Amino acid sequence: MNASEQERIAKLLKQSLPQVTDDGAQLGRDLWPVMLQRLRQPPEPAPWLNQVWFDWALLAALAVWLAFFPAAIPVLLYHL
Amino acid sequence: MLRQFARGELDAFEALFRRHQSEVYRSIVAIVRDPALAEDLTVETFWRIHRAHAHFDPARSFEAWARRIATNAALDYLKSASHSFTKNTRARDTPDPLEDLPQPPLPDPAITQEIRTRTAQAFHQLPPKLQVAATLALIEEQPYKEIAATLGISAGAVKLRVFRALRLLRTKLKQQGIEP
Repeated sequence: MNASEQERIAKLLKQSLPQVTDDGAQLGRDLWPVMLQRLRQPPEPAPWLNQVWFDWALLAALAVWLAFFPAAIPVLLYHL
Repeated sequence: MLRQFARGELDAFEALFRRHQSEVYRSIVAIVRDPALAEDLTVETFWRIHRAHAHFDPARSFEAWARRIATNAALDYLKSASHSFTKNTRARDTPDPLEDLPQPPLPDPAITQEIRTRTAQAFHQLPPKLQVAATLALIEEQPYKEIAATLGISAGAVKLRVFRALRLLRTKLKQQGIEP
């Protein structure tokens, strides 16, 4: 791709993408109140915690089961 | 003040926020080209800055650190937008989610609205990293060095991304029958 072709594509791109006006390029208001509101929100639980809760529950159930029936450990290991 | 911020003091964070919010906003709006969205992403950027205060080294430049986080926030947005954009256009087969965006003033009469829409669509299908480099270099006409500092890569890598963006764009336009 030569330089003139690059220039033509760049020009086409400038004509095609939305321009930011002078007004839009400057921040029109103080965002601190919005920021403060965001800071005061309770933290959201980590998404991975929601997704894998079943895995943790299964693991806990298995641990309890093995604690009550330790004889099952070799059987479990055999099947793994 | 930077040390106080790194210790997690809210007053220091507020002072830094008020001092740098305009600059962070400008760096974001240059990429996403939407003032309302840029405001949201400015708050998101400072939210990330606030969460990462303990990792900030007060001996280093806060401005450069904030600009880097702002660019990453804008990039994350483009990644999600690009994903939903592709999904929407494939699912509904409607060509013009960009028609609502403000159009450039005094367009070249030789370039029709359809060509502009198709070009914008093709551009938004490029990988977000290429979009950012091309927007800053070709639309905002920022020097490569400045873009390199913002993106945390070398000037050579910026040039390469811009070149790749142009090449990919040319291919996509040709596929649509547009000869740039």
